[in-house]
Order: sequence, then structure tokens, then C-alpha cells
Amino acid sequence: MTDWPSKKPADLDLDVSSKRSFGKGVFRKCDACDATLPAEAFEANFEVCPECGQHHKLSAGRWRDLLLDDGALEEWDAHLEPSDPLSFTDGKAYSDRIASAQKSSRAKEAIEIGRAKMNGVEIAYGAFLFAFMGGSMGSVVGEKIARLFERATAARMPVVLLQASGGARMQEGILSLMQMAKTVGALERHRDEALPFISVLLHPTTGGVAASFAFLGDVNIAEPKALIGFAGARVIETTIRQKLPEGFQRAEFLLAHGMIDRITSRLAMKSEIARLVRHITRAPVFEETRASSPPPSG
Amino acid sequence: MAAYVLPFEKPVVELVTRVRELRALAETDPKFVGELRRLEEKAGRLARELFADLTPWQKVQLSRHPNRPYTLDYVERLFTDFQELHGDRSFGEDAAIIAGFARFRGESVLIVGQQKGRGAKENVKRNFGMPHPEGYRKAKRLYDMASRFGLPIVTFIDTPGAYPGIGAEERGQSEAIGACLASMARARVPIVATIIGEGGSGGALALGVANRVHVLEYGTYSVITPEGCASILWRDGSKADEAADRLKMTAPDLLRLNVVDRVLEEPAGGAHQDPDAAARAVESALADALGTLRRMGPGELADDRYKRFRKLGAYVA
Repeated sequence: MTDWPSKKPADLDLDVSSKRSFGKGVFRKCDACDATLPAEAFEANFEVCPECGQHHKLSAGRWRDLLLDDGALEEWDAHLEPSDPLSFTDGKAYSDRIASAQKSSRAKEAIEIGRAKMNGVEIAYGAFLFAFMGGSMGSVVGEKIARLFERATAARMPVVLLQASGGARMQEGILSLMQMAKTVGALERHRDEALPFISVLLHPTTGGVAASFAFLGDVNIAEPKALIGFAGARVIETTIRQKLPEGFQRAEFLLAHGMIDRITSRLAMKSEIARLVRHITRAPVFEETRASSPPPSG
Repeated sequence: MAAYVLPFEKPVVELVTRVRELRALAETDPKFVGELRRLEEKAGRLARELFADLTPWQKVQLSRHPNRPYTLDYVERLFTDFQELHGDRSFGEDAAIIAGFARFRGESVLIVGQQKGRGAKENVKRNFGMPHPEGYRKAKRLYDMASRFGLPIVTFIDTPGAYPGIGAEERGQSEAIGACLASMARARVPIVATIIGEGGSGGALALGVANRVHVLEYGTYSVITPEGCASILWRDGSKADEAADRLKMTAPDLLRLNVVDRVLEEPAGGAHQDPDAAARAVESALADALGTLRRMGPGELADDRYKRFRKLGAYVA
């Protein structure tokens, strides 16, 4: 199910956006249209190619800048750190893998959660950090998502959760599978209080994250061309012994098959989410002035 | 059913076969009864000893043994008055999951279980126990119904995993599994799950959000198959034996990690050597669990289930 380590282990801990640079901060090439532009042009446009609109990976910090009022997140439970319940090793010990992921991502785990505002709307916010072990869901990610929904339920807030994950974290074995049940249990208690959950599916959202809370949003939104699905392409191809069709498991494929509500450009995501929450909570229209367009890069 | 013998099973199978022959003789001639008792005792002891050192990979092979009892083998032994129910009401029927009403010791319950096939033809029909979204949507529909009517839910887990295919993705395999997790989380009735063979990842968990989870001694439960894990970690599926060890997927590991509440002892040589005895073990544990859960109210049952899964995981605070 989880396909993320199919990249070379050395790649995993790198922030993908930095990998494409030809000499740091000079020129970068778009994955899709091959346009070569100053790195600042991508950064200023939140990693959306100014030429073709291709969405490249965006760091958690930049997502905050893009979506949250003043880029401000009052973080919850940032102190939680992974342990190594299975004493797992695959040549490299899991504990070492965690240490190097923490060092390169400068984060303790693959998710951040907290309280924030979007165009004036109070929300409980969570965002996966794909740069941390492929955004895989182990015990800490599961625990923090459960706490996100629990805190949001107690404070009567909507939840907005940005997902980018290869699925369950293999190194925590069966305990990572159990996080699927734990998180969905917390989500259902939030739902019972008639509080909205906006599920935002980024590239990629697969495996155990896809098969738990990701599709259970009151509204599911995806970024253009995001890869979203249950099984990895390699697993499916091996099973059915045929090549997969073009566009398979992409956001547009999911929209066509009725699995998501909307595909939204990253640059419109903030007002999109805020408007949805205002509809669901029957709040009045936000007077969109400054906050309707993405903030300038800072 | 054609007998299939794994290399490491041979000595145990020989013993068990001799016991079986002697048992047949003892039925017609009482003079063999004494010898039968002695041999039964010896075979049990030897089988325990021989199986005590099984590697995790050998246990995985037992959990997938083609002669192992499947869901319907337990259904016919544990329940009466079974009425199967079909279909997801939106796309189709999936024979990889069986579901329906039945009576357990007189009481009506809902049964849901993955069903593997015996032989090529039935395995095509059952898709080797790998459900499509419509199987999960049938399960979800019936979980919701059982909750509405106050029927306890009894599940049997035995799947390599949810099917990875084009149609499965088109029809929302992820959403179908997620919706099962949500429905089980909400259910206001007792839920008891028994892992009778393979517990393959999210496709197994969709039947596993229970108040009590039991596993047979040679059942397994894992986030990924050992073959899949090995091919990801070492790009070599043949290192599955090593991966099986690392994943801590056997019954004693699962108990230690609190993922299961109870390990059910299998008969000498494994459940397939004596399906009736295996069924008695499953039945008695099920009766205990339902007896305890019956004393809880609807809200309490949902809370109990939430608390059970809420505490699973390991982290540094």
C-alpha cells in the first residue's frame, strides 16, 4: 500500500523544491513544461509554475503563508515525537531515519496542527509535511490528527486538513494501521457535533491516509493533477499485468469518477475553503478585499 | 479438499494423520481407546514443540494455508439460521465478502467476513478474498443496518488486502474502506472481530474496528504484506521472510502491542488439521466477548470502541 520509499532513501529527507535548483536560488526548471525561470519566480507564485500552472510541492511554512491570516498558526502538540516500538531496521535503523528526517526537515514529525484563521474564519488546521518521511502516518501523525479533531470538537471549530502522504508508516508496522481507526473515530465524533471537515488532497495522497479520513470530508478538494488513490501504481501494474491509462489516479480522474467535489488551483485555495466553511456554517459572505488574493511572498 | 502440506508441517501432519486413523479404529473397537489417548497426548505435545519454533514467515504461510478453514467454514459451525444478504445497492455484488443474518446461540447477529475460495474456479469468484469497493459498501450498508436494529456484529478477517485494480480505484476503494471505518466507529452495537487467517492492511481493518479483536494462534495482521514490504525496502520480494520478522505481525506480537485482545489456541498442527476444534475456540471466545459487551448500552459501546483504538500507538510526549 505505501509506496513512498520506492524513491532512493537518500531522496526522502530532502525537500523536493530544493532538489530542482541548479545552484541554490538561481534558476529552476518546471517539471511539466520545462520552462527555466529564476527560482524567485516559483517561490513568489507558491511553487505554481508561472508559465504552465503546474503545481510543485510547497513546504508547510509556505502553506501557512498562503492559507492562514497573517500566516499565523497557534500550534498544538508540537512536542510529540516518534518512538521506535518495533525496533525496526531495514539496514538503517528507524530511529536513525527519524533523526535524519528531523534534521533535514527541521520538524519533529510529518504533520503540524493548530488553531488559525482563514479570511476571518476560526479553524482547526492541520497540514502534512511530505518532506518528513513521505508524509507517512505513524503513531504521532495519528495521535495529532485525533487531537486535531478532538480539540476542534471541544472548541466547536471546523477542521481544514491538508494531506500529502504516501500512506501508513511501514516502520511502525501494525500500529500505523491502527492510526486509521483512531483518526476516523475522532473525525466521527467531530461530525456528530455538526461541525464541518474540509479535506484538502494534495500530491500525493495514497494508501492508509487515502483509505481513512481523506475522502470523508464534508467537502473534498484536490489540487490539479494531484495523485490520489488507494494502491500504488506499481502494485496495480504487477497485479493486473497491464499498463495504467494516462491520467489514472490524478485529481481529474477522481473528479470524473465522483470521488471529490472540486479541483482548485493552489492560488485560489484560501478563498475557496473559507467560502465553503461560510456556506456550511451559514455565516455571511466575507468582505473580500485584501485577503481574497494570495499574500505577497514574504 | 486436496491436502496441501508445507515442508515444515510434514512431521506434524504425519502425527496428526496417525491420530485420525486411530480415532477411526477406536470408534469401532474399544481396545484402541487407550492407545488413542496416549497418541493424542503425545501428538499434541510434539506438535506444540515442533510448532513452538516456527518463524514469523512460516506462520504467515500457515495463515494462508490453502486447507485453512475460511469464513464460511466457521459460519456453518458457529451459527444457525444463516441468511446471506447481497449487494451494495449502487454497483454490484462482491463475493469476496460474505454477509448476512445468523443466530449465535439463539441470538440474531450480523455476520461479515472476507471469503477466500478453494480451487481455481471458486477463487476467481471470490477474487482470492480481495474485496472491491462494492464489497466494502455492502459491509458498510449492513453495519449501519445492524446498528439501527440493535444486532451485534461478528466479523471474520481473512484477506491478503483490498484489491488493487483499475476498477477498484475508479469506484473509490479508498473511500469505501474509510466509510467502513467510520460506520464501525459509530455503531451502537457490540462488535467482535476474529482474525482467522490473513489480516491484510486497510482491507482487513475495514472489518476490524471492533470492541474486541481476537486472533487465531497462526493468524497474522499487518500494515503491508511481507512481500510488499521486502520489495519496497530491499527491492526484492524474495526477502519476505526477513520482512515478516521485522513487521511483528504474528499473534503474540499483536497481543503485546494491544492490537488484539486475545489469542485463540489452535489445534495441534493448526486450524486446518481440526477445523471443528478451531471453531470451538473461536466460538467460546466469541461467547465470552458478546456476554461482556451485552451489558453495555449503545453509547457506551461506541465509547468503548473509541477508547480501545484511541490508545493504540507509541510516541514520546
